Amino acid sequence: MRRLHGVSLPHAKQTAGSAFVPLAVPEKVLLPMSLHMGVPCTPTVKLKQEVTVGERIGTCDAPFSADIHASVSGVVTAITDYRPAGGKPCKAVEITSDGKQTPFPDLKVPEYSDRESFLAALRVSGAVGMGGAGLPTHIKLAPKGKIDYLLINAAECEPYITADDRTMKEKPLTILAGIRRIMAILDIPECAIGVEKNKPDAMKILRDAADKDPHITLVPLAPVYPQGAEKVLIYHITGKVVPEGKLPADVGVIVMNVSSIAFLEEYFTTGMPFVNRGITVDGGLVKKPCSVVAPVGTPIRNILEYAECDFEHLGRLISGGPMMGMCLPSPDYPVTKTMNAILALPEAKPRRTTACIRCGRCIGACPMKLMPTELEKAYQRRDAAALDAYKLQLCMLCGCCSYVCPANRPLAESNSLAKAFVRGGGKK
Amino acid sequence: MKLLTIAPSPHIREGMTTRKIMLWVIAALLPAAVASVYHFGWRALLLMVFCVGVSMACEGLCRLVMKREQTIGDGSAALTGLLLAMNLPVTLPLWEAAVGCFFAIVVVKQMFGGLGQNFANPAITARIFLMMSLTSDMTNWIQPGEAYDAVSSATPLVSGDAPLMDLFWGSTGGCLGETCAAALLFGGVFLMCMGIISPAAPLSFIGTVAVCSLLYSGGSVYEMLYQLLAGGLLLGAFFMATDYVTTPVTNKGRVIFGIGCGVLTFLIRTFGSYPEGVSFSILLMNILTPYIDKFTTTKPLGAVKPQKEDAA
Repeated sequence: MRRLHGVSLPHAKQTAGSAFVPLAVPEKVLLPMSLHMGVPCTPTVKLKQEVTVGERIGTCDAPFSADIHASVSGVVTAITDYRPAGGKPCKAVEITSDGKQTPFPDLKVPEYSDRESFLAALRVSGAVGMGGAGLPTHIKLAPKGKIDYLLINAAECEPYITADDRTMKEKPLTILAGIRRIMAILDIPECAIGVEKNKPDAMKILRDAADKDPHITLVPLAPVYPQGAEKVLIYHITGKVVPEGKLPADVGVIVMNVSSIAFLEEYFTTGMPFVNRGITVDGGLVKKPCSVVAPVGTPIRNILEYAECDFEHLGRLISGGPMMGMCLPSPDYPVTKTMNAILALPEAKPRRTTACIRCGRCIGACPMKLMPTELEKAYQRRDAAALDAYKLQLCMLCGCCSYVCPANRPLAESNSLAKAFVRGGGKK
Repeated sequence: MKLLTIAPSPHIREGMTTRKIMLWVIAALLPAAVASVYHFGWRALLLMVFCVGVSMACEGLCRLVMKREQTIGDGSAALTGLLLAMNLPVTLPLWEAAVGCFFAIVVVKQMFGGLGQNFANPAITARIFLMMSLTSDMTNWIQPGEAYDAVSSATPLVSGDAPLMDLFWGSTGGCLGETCAAALLFGGVFLMCMGIISPAAPLSFIGTVAVCSLLYSGGSVYEMLYQLLAGGLLLGAFFMATDYVTTPVTNKGRVIFGIGCGVLTFLIRTFGSYPEGVSFSILLMNILTPYIDKFTTTKPLGAVKPQKEDAA
C-alpha cells in the first residue's frame, strides 16, 4: 500500500501542554438552530422563558438533524434571524445567563436496550461529529450493512489545533469506554485509533488505557496533512478505498472523531446533552494560547479576551484550522458544536496570482490524486462534463493544491465554486 | 473596529513562488556559467549577460505593447536568456544572439500568450532557429583557450576522440554551457534535492541514451559514457527537458517524455545528418506533450468509471 500524497505543514501545536480550562460563564449566549449538518431546528422555547443547562430549546422532526440545548441557565431574551458564517440562514435563541448554571432537573442517565433505543437516546443528546462537518451522530451510527471496523480519528492534522490531543490526554478512559460501548451495541469486532506521530504522549496514554485489548489497536500515522481526512484515514489504516459516491459504511467502516466519542460516553454516563465545546485558542495574535471549554453559543470575543488577543492587528479570525477553517466576519459570532479551534491571525501579505506554469505541484500534493490544474481550467470554461470526468466530486477541499501553488492560484476555491456550479445544474 | 478579512481556505501558503523557482534554476546554472567563463574567457560572460538583458527587454517591451500585466520580474525571461546563451558558441556575434533572444521571447513565448502558454521551450526553439538560419556562425566552435578568431574545430560528438576527463571537466569545444558535465550534474542534482525538478524526465532521458548506446556499441562502457558526457545531453536533460511549461505534468508523463527524448537523441546522433540531436528531440517531444498529458491523467482514489450510457 502506498502512502497518499499530501503536504508537510508546520505543526505549531503550542497548546499541546495546556489543559482545558473552563471559561467563565458568559453573560449571554446565542444558540443558532443549525449547529449540525442537516435540517435546522425550530425553537421550542418562548421569549422570557426560563431555561436551565441541558434543557432542549430547539428540535426538528426530520431525522437528519440534532437537537439544540441551553448551554447556560437563565432567560430567553431574544429569538432572532441568524446568518451563520458559511451556511443557510436560520433562527437563533439568545439566552441571558443568571450565572448559576443550574442543570435541567429532568436530566437522567439514558437507558437503552437495543440499537434502536440507543440511537433514539443519541438523537436527543444533540451529538454531532466534532471534528469536521457536524454529521449528527445518530445518523453516522445507523449504517445499513455490517461494520467490520470502527476507526477513531485522532489524527488532528491541521496546524495549531490540539482539542482532540487534549481530550485524549485528559479523558483516555472515557474514550476507551465510549469505544467499547459503540463496539458492543453496533456489534463491531475491531477498532483502530489513528493518531499522528506528533502526539506521542496522547498515544502512550491511550495505549495504557487500552491495556492490551486485542480488539483495539493504536495506529501511529505520519504527521502529514490531510491525514485526518476520512477517506485518507481509512486508506492508511485499513487499505480500503471508499468508492466515489459511497460512504465509509459501504466498505464496512465507521470513522468517528475522538472528541465525539468522549462526548458520547459522557452523555451516556451523565445524561448531560451537548452544551460545552473544547476549543484550541491560538494563531499568533493571542498572547496566551490556550485550550478552553466554553458553553456552545458563547461569543468568541469572550474567548479571545480570555486569551489576551491583540484585537488591534486582527486580520483574519478563523473557526477551525488554517487549511480548512472558515473566516468569521466578526468576533461576536458564537461558539458552535464543530468549532475545534479559534485562530486569530494577522492580515496575510497580499500575493499576486500569476499564470499557471504547469509545474504539477498541485497534482503531486493532492491526496485524492486529482488534477487541480485541469479542474481549474474546466471550471473556467464552465464545462460540467469535464469537471465530472476529472472527478470534481472526489475533491474534499483540503486545500493542499492552493497551499503548494507557486503561482498562488486559488485552486481549492475554484473547486469549491465548481461544486456549487455543478449543484446548480451545470448550466453556463 | 476595522473589518476582518473573509477569504476562502486555505489561509496559509507554502511560500514557494514562480519567481523563486526561476531564481533557483538560474542559481543551479551558475556553476556551468562559471565553468564557461573559465574555459572560454570573458566573452562568455558578456554573451550570457547580453542574452539575459535582451531577453528581459524583449519580455518587458512585449508585455507593454500587448498591454498585458508586466511579467519582466518573474525571472522566466532571464532564465530563458541564460539558457539560450548556454546553447551558443562563444564566438557568436552579439546581434545574432539578440535575434535568438527576440525569437525565443517574442515569437515562441509571448505570441502564444506568455509564461505557461508556450508549447515549445523558447531557448531550445531559438537555438534550432539560429542553427538553421545562421549555421556557419552557430557551428563556429573553438577550443577552450583559443583566440576567438581561431579556425572552427569539430565538437567532441563529431571528432569522437576527446578524453572522457576533458568532457567531464569541460575543456573541449562546444557551446558555452554544455561542455562542463561536472557543473551541469552538480546543478541538476541540486535542483532535484531542492524539489524544484522531478528526477523523472532527466533520469529517463539520460538512462535511455545510455541503454541505447550500450546496445548499439555492443556493450562498450566507454562509448556510453562518451555519449552521455559529450554534446548537450546533460544541459538538455536537467534544464530543458524539465521545463514545467513544455513538458508533461505528471511523473508518469515525464518518464515517457524522457524516454522519447532519449530515443530521438540517439537516433539523430547515430543515423541523422546532424551530429547533435538533443535540441531536436526535446522540441519534438514538446509537441507531443499535450498528447502525453492526455494519456497520463491520474487515476483518482476511489474513482468509478462512468457507465456506458453515461458516457454517451
